[in-house]
Amino acid sequence: MADILGDTIHALQLILSGDPAVFEIVSRSLFFSGTAIILAILWGTPLAMLIAMKEFRGKTVIKTFFNTLIGLPTVVLGLILFLSFSRGGPLGFLGLLYTPGGIIIGQAVLVTPILVSIGVSAIESVDPEIMSLAQTLGASESQAQIAVLKEAINGIILSDLASFNRAIGELGVVLMVGGNIEGGGNQTSVMTTSIARDVQINEFGLAIALGILLVIVLFTINMIVVILKRANYLVELAKGPYAKLKRSREAKR
Amino acid sequence: MTVTAELKDVTKAYDSKIVLDTVNLQIHKGEILALLGPNGSGKSTMLKILAFIENPAEGEVTFQGEKVNFKNTEKVRLESTLVFQKTTVFGTSVYNNIAYGLKLRKVPKEIRDMEVKKSLELVKLAGFEKRNARKLSGGEQQRVAIARALVLKTKLLLLDEPTANLDPKNVGILEEVIETVNRENKTTIVMATHNMFQARKLPHRIALMDEGKITEVGAPAEVFGKLSKNLARFAAVDNTFTGTAKVIASGTSKVDVGNGVQIEVTAQKQGATAVFINPRDIILSKVPVESSARNTFKGKIIQISDLDSLVKLKVDVGKPFTVQVTKQSFNDLGLCLNAEVFITFKASSVQVF
Repeated sequence: MADILGDTIHALQLILSGDPAVFEIVSRSLFFSGTAIILAILWGTPLAMLIAMKEFRGKTVIKTFFNTLIGLPTVVLGLILFLSFSRGGPLGFLGLLYTPGGIIIGQAVLVTPILVSIGVSAIESVDPEIMSLAQTLGASESQAQIAVLKEAINGIILSDLASFNRAIGELGVVLMVGGNIEGGGNQTSVMTTSIARDVQINEFGLAIALGILLVIVLFTINMIVVILKRANYLVELAKGPYAKLKRSREAKR
Repeated sequence: MTVTAELKDVTKAYDSKIVLDTVNLQIHKGEILALLGPNGSGKSTMLKILAFIENPAEGEVTFQGEKVNFKNTEKVRLESTLVFQKTTVFGTSVYNNIAYGLKLRKVPKEIRDMEVKKSLELVKLAGFEKRNARKLSGGEQQRVAIARALVLKTKLLLLDEPTANLDPKNVGILEEVIETVNRENKTTIVMATHNMFQARKLPHRIALMDEGKITEVGAPAEVFGKLSKNLARFAAVDNTFTGTAKVIASGTSKVDVGNGVQIEVTAQKQGATAVFINPRDIILSKVPVESSARNTFKGKIIQISDLDSLVKLKVDVGKPFTVQVTKQSFNDLGLCLNAEVFITFKASSVQVF
């Protein structure tokens, strides 16, 4: 039976002493989930733009498909990815099973429905006249699409944040595809899988420490996004990676 | 006369409903052309085709002598811009809104800043650069939309009901801007309107539109002078009525517009006549007003719509009259739907066609 008070004190000691093993797991989690989100944004945002801005047959079916995938149990997705990545599977030749790459791809696939579904509704909620407006002011079709995307930027940021939260707190897919390997060159244990393992082996102190840190990480990242959004920094940043740089150059001139 | 743009046998349909039917029209360089017609007559569609954001289903469009097709659409779009009827602004600052088209044209920042400043001065919004465009009043947003189009100095400026739903102050500013830009920059302007008063005052030529067709084109005096059957169809437009005029003993005339409503006008007219009363010239009261005004009618409020600082009311006196009052007066009079009111206007305020 766990000694809750004793284990909590032990957890706080681990955090406050800056235990290297604990913080290595935390930084690995951040790296895996951060990379997964960037990857998912790269394919999820254009996909959301395509679904929201183009009229085609079967559009409603595709939107419903992505909405349904949000609710897909992660162990089912984990199983599909496990079978795909296993040696005899269709993607077995990539050698991704039980590797960091496998976890990153797995998390990216997991959050894609969230990115696409929220992204599509954010883009669709933009005034339909914005596209025509941009065009009457001289924009080409792709420039007009970017104008629409800028209008939807708050919803897009929300979908990125929701995806990150889901990815870093994910267990099923990570466990099945990553395998929770500790030590060696291919370490795949992250905060959630470590918590699950520590509970099984009665290492409650470590599990509680990782649990507290997981909540702190989520809270901090969400808070940073809120503050940056309030300062309009993210909106400006999203309008062009070089926008700020360009402005400062122009100011100097 | 140099032709800026021309529509040749242009037809356009949405879901098998024909909205433009074999339209032929030349737009002359430097003119203000008004497209006058009731809602659904195809004015907005024609403007979208002239802005090159819609393609005709049949027929062709030429711009400065060049036939417009999918290859040169993006190029000609840089020379024609449209201000929508429904004011649309980007959810960013006024500066970014107005500078958008200039950035697309890669205009350097120093010139951009100067042009934005000048166009804001023109629409009487100097110093508004940093304000959030979506937080401005409806009239101010429409002025931003006009400034955003003007700053581009395109060869063709298209305005879709630019003053619809604006209070008189903003209408005045915009009408002045339209005239100034046409006079000083020689910008060719095509504006859609169903405001007869505006159509008579601003443009050099009027094209009457009805059910997707152009039924008449000519100078305002010519078109209004004829009082054609097409023009009579505009009876559905705010405060425009058709009826039979008869000269009365006092030397003025009375126009019987039906349902027992007889409007006294200063002109001596006999026979078929159309009249227009500017909503601004009508006094609204809860009791009859003793005054020199020759027209007083009792009716009830059948519609209330909120404009910026004004309230637009529809009063049924046998015929529906549109009346504008300030929000303050609206509240002070304690007006509501179905309230009994009186409308009063002078015989000299009635425009007779």
